[in-house]
Amino acid sequence: MRNEIAFYLVAAFTVAFAIAAMTLRDLVHCALCAAGAFAGLAMLYLQLDAEFVGFAQLLVYVGAIAVLILFAVLLTRGDEVRPGRAAPARSWWMGAGAAALVLAAIAAPILLSPSLEGGAPGAASAPVRRIGEELMTRYVLPLELVGVLLTGALLGAVVIAMREEPRTEDKAGGIPPRFTPTPGNPANPR
Amino acid sequence: MKTLDQIFVLTQHWLTGLAPAALQPLVSMLLIIAALMAVFGTCFALTTILERKTLGRMQNRYGPNRVGPFGLLQPAADGIKMLTKEDIVPEAADKALHFLAPLALTAPVWLAFAVLPFGRNMSAIELDAGILFFFAIGSASELAVFMAGWSSQNKYSLLGAMRAIAQMISYEVPLVLASVPVLMAAGSLSLPEIVRAQSGYALGWIPRWNVLTPWGAAGFGVFLVAAAAESNRCPFDLPEGESELIAGFLTEYSGFKYALFFLGEYLGLFAVTGLGVTLFLGGWHAPATWLEWLPSWGWFGAKFSALIFLFIWMRATLPRLRLDQLLNFAWKFLVPLALIDLVAAAAWLKSGGWQFAWALETRWLLCATLLAPAYVCLGRHWRGGTPKPRRYHYAQ
Repeated sequence: MRNEIAFYLVAAFTVAFAIAAMTLRDLVHCALCAAGAFAGLAMLYLQLDAEFVGFAQLLVYVGAIAVLILFAVLLTRGDEVRPGRAAPARSWWMGAGAAALVLAAIAAPILLSPSLEGGAPGAASAPVRRIGEELMTRYVLPLELVGVLLTGALLGAVVIAMREEPRTEDKAGGIPPRFTPTPGNPANPR
Repeated sequence: MKTLDQIFVLTQHWLTGLAPAALQPLVSMLLIIAALMAVFGTCFALTTILERKTLGRMQNRYGPNRVGPFGLLQPAADGIKMLTKEDIVPEAADKALHFLAPLALTAPVWLAFAVLPFGRNMSAIELDAGILFFFAIGSASELAVFMAGWSSQNKYSLLGAMRAIAQMISYEVPLVLASVPVLMAAGSLSLPEIVRAQSGYALGWIPRWNVLTPWGAAGFGVFLVAAAAESNRCPFDLPEGESELIAGFLTEYSGFKYALFFLGEYLGLFAVTGLGVTLFLGGWHAPATWLEWLPSWGWFGAKFSALIFLFIWMRATLPRLRLDQLLNFAWKFLVPLALIDLVAAAAWLKSGGWQFAWALETRWLLCATLLAPAYVCLGRHWRGGTPKPRRYHYAQ
């Protein structure tokens, strides 16, 4: 009973933040509410005795992904935020369709899985030690593959983001020609 | 001596026993929370006065000496001043976020104390993944700093917040990487378990603290630097650099909200210092057999205070870095060094079974040959020698 009350509280918290993330007008508020929803999900995991997943969710989603979203919002924000209610975009039905498809894709295997029959499973807590051992023995190849993929993505992002230095600068010894000091034309006219 | 060592645990059990049975779990938790808040609240007040006194000493001046004997009541005066100051909120500020930011910074930091073992049998909760919990809680402070900077609607605040986030994310990587070898050595993510793994003495007299192994020493260095940066301490305090950014994300905060930020920052420093003591300095273990009669929490407190003093000393000694130097230092020096330290720790642990004569010395030599050249090369050459003058892209 106590567990159920806790579950409904956490679920209400998560859903409220998720709804706020969709409906608020200010994109920064939306991003912060999304972080709140992530934290709510972490609480749900913790309630299910999945310590490692819960803390990893906090560390990765609240600590990193939310900050990434915020940076993306700040870097791409064009005009200032206009007050008023959020108007649904004209192509909202496409978004709704995509959301329904994703929901169906996730719900179908859960509903069809045999674990639903026979009531709730017993306490299936996975201690961190077991997760580590499984990752290092049985799932070591997928783990390595994910590592390589992420490293590749990181390097790719750096290559894309790297500023291309003009070639002339190197030849002129680090100083661009138009800033070369000449008599009567000081390098730094201020 | 046993009683003195466990005096807080026994008191807590006794007080819990006075409550009706139905309320006992609640009372037990509340007692621990109250004790933690009282101890570290006092610690905060004492550290502010000690810091100002020490800084004064090191800079050849008196420091605060007007309120009470030797100025010892200065924290109380500061607190009253902060509480009675007008709380100014900018007209253009995002009111809700501006209000929530100090709370969002301070509240999670308190949670971090829950997993630290302050003495024998003295941690509030024993989590299986305690250190993971610690870092997960710490990651919330980035969002709080962003909220503070953004909601103030002031360009200095936003710049300060951006700097702070860049710094915190960069230094979280070496902080976590430096703790990984310790987890490898202990074979556990639980902090009491890590302390237990550091008990006993090598050769009969050297305590088995992680800092007394080659990889532990290197890791402790990286950890200390990253910890100073994570808690925005000088020489890494440029998110608030008052000479260039007025006060960074704190610019638009006054009165008690400012005090809350201040409290949150110091508590963050305490929490990460406590973690450093637990991970590298043997937690609450005594440094020698003949000193074991002193209570375990006393040893934790002694190591903790020594580290806090080290941070104050660093603040008095080192000048502030520039932002590009700061980020380069994290990514080009600390992160590679922490990774090499990981390899050295693996070599140390793998060679733990060696039985021949001079085995310990050989292991030391092995780890030192991995670490010392890396330290020299990273510091001298790969970082590009002495820092070049900065090239400005837009201001020239």
